[in-house]
Amino acid sequence: MCLGIPGEIVEILHDRVDLAMVNVSGVRRAINIGLLEDEKLEPGDWILIHVGFALSKIDEAEAKDALDFLEGIGQAYADELKALAESQIE
Amino acid sequence: MRYVDEYRDAEKAQALAAQIAALCEPGRQYKFMEVCGGHTHTIYKHGIEDYLPESITLIHGPGCPVCVIPMGRVDDAIAIAEQPDVIMTSFGDMMRVPGSTKSFFDSKAINADMRMVYSPLDSLKIARTNPDKHVVFMAIGFETTAPSTAMTMIRASAEGIDNFSVFCNHVTIIPAMKAILESPDLRLDGFIGPGHVSTVIGCQPYEFVAAEYNKPVVVAGFEPLDILQSIYMLMVQIADGRCEVENQYSRVVPWDGNIKALQVIAETMELRPYFEWRGLGFISHSALRVREEYARYDAERIFAVPGVRVADPKACQCGEVLKGVLKPWECKVFGTACTPETPIGTCMVSPEGACAAYYNFGRFTRERVKEATRT
Repeated sequence: MCLGIPGEIVEILHDRVDLAMVNVSGVRRAINIGLLEDEKLEPGDWILIHVGFALSKIDEAEAKDALDFLEGIGQAYADELKALAESQIE
Repeated sequence: MRYVDEYRDAEKAQALAAQIAALCEPGRQYKFMEVCGGHTHTIYKHGIEDYLPESITLIHGPGCPVCVIPMGRVDDAIAIAEQPDVIMTSFGDMMRVPGSTKSFFDSKAINADMRMVYSPLDSLKIARTNPDKHVVFMAIGFETTAPSTAMTMIRASAEGIDNFSVFCNHVTIIPAMKAILESPDLRLDGFIGPGHVSTVIGCQPYEFVAAEYNKPVVVAGFEPLDILQSIYMLMVQIADGRCEVENQYSRVVPWDGNIKALQVIAETMELRPYFEWRGLGFISHSALRVREEYARYDAERIFAVPGVRVADPKACQCGEVLKGVLKPWECKVFGTACTPETPIGTCMVSPEGACAAYYNFGRFTRERVKEATRT
C-alpha cells in the first residue's frame, strides 16, 4: 500500500482524461492521473503510482532506481504487483 | 559490513559513512528518527546501521499506517462488515491486523464478505457491479493514500453512486511528529523525513520542527544511499549549528507538495478533534474524517459503529517500539509469541512495521555481532 511504483504512460485515454494506460513492470493497467492534471502527461512519461493514482511525475533514471529498490524488497513488491494485476480501475 | 556487494554504489556508501563518522563529536550521542516505514525497511534490509558509528542511533518512528491503527477501529470495521448485504474492502496490508477477537481474515472465514483491493477505485467498481450490496472501503494511510480516497469519493459523487462509502482512518503525519517531540522519554537530534508523504504535503509543514523544536529535518528517498546521504546532511546541519528543513529527495518531492492532492483532501475530509493511535494514545487533530458535504459516503454516519476503545494486549509493547523507546528485539514477545505468521502486535503485521522488518532482515546482523563478541 505504501509502495510507490513507477510506471510508463503508454496511452492517454481521450474519452476519460483522468485515466491513462500505464505499463508497470510489464503489466498494462489503467491508472488515474487526475492528481497530475497540471503536468500535461504524455506517452513515454514516467509516473510514481500509489494505490492506482499517479502522485508524481519522475524521470526515467529515477524510475529505474525505484524499480531496483522495489525488486530488492521481494515479497511485499510481488504482493503489490499481484494486487495491481487484479485491479480494474475505470 | 553486510550487503556491501549489493550496493550498486558501494564506494559512495563507504565514503559517506566516513564523512558521517568524521562529523561525530567525541563523546556525543546522536539519535535520529526515520518516520516512514519504507525507510525502516531499507535500513534493516541493507544493514545501514552497520555503516554508522556507534554514537549514531536510528529510532524507528510511527510511520507505518497499519501499525498505528488501534484494535477498536479494526473491531468497528468488522462490525460494519458483519451487517447484512455489506461488502468490506481494504488494502491487503489490513487483512491480518488483529482486532480484539479477530482479524479481517478471521471474519472472512466466518461469514463476512471481505475483499482485498489494490485501489479504492476497485472498491467503487465492486459497488457498480453489486448494486444490491453496500460496499465499504476501509481507508487507511497517511497523506500518501488520502488523496486517492478523496478522488474516489468525488468520482462516486459525480457518478451518483449511492451504495459505496468510506470507513475513514486516514492519519496525518505532522501531529504524530509533534507528539513524539513532546514525549518526555525520548530526546531526538533530528528527523529523516518521509519521502512519499512529502510528495503530497511538501516540505514546508516540517518547518515548525526546526523553528520551534530546534531539530533539523531532511526529507529522504528510499535507496540505501539516500538514507546515508540524509544522515550526512543532518550531521552537517548539527556541526554547523543549523536547524533547517532540507530536501534530499527533490528528484521526486516538490517543496510545495502536490497542490491538487491537498485540494481534494480538503474538499472531502476534515480533521477530527482527536484520534487514537496505537501506542501513542489520543492525539488531537491527527486524523481525517469525511466532511458533512460528503456525508452520504461516510460509513460512520451510515452504520452504527461500536467505537469501543480496546487496550492493547499486555504482552505487546508496540507502543514503546512505535515511540522508539524500545528496539523491536527488546519487546518481550518479539520473535517468540509474536512473529509475522502469528502477529500479536501491529508492528509485526505489515512488512514496513519495524518488528517485521527487523524480524525478516535485521536479526542476522545481531547474531553476527553476538558471535563476534563471544570471544
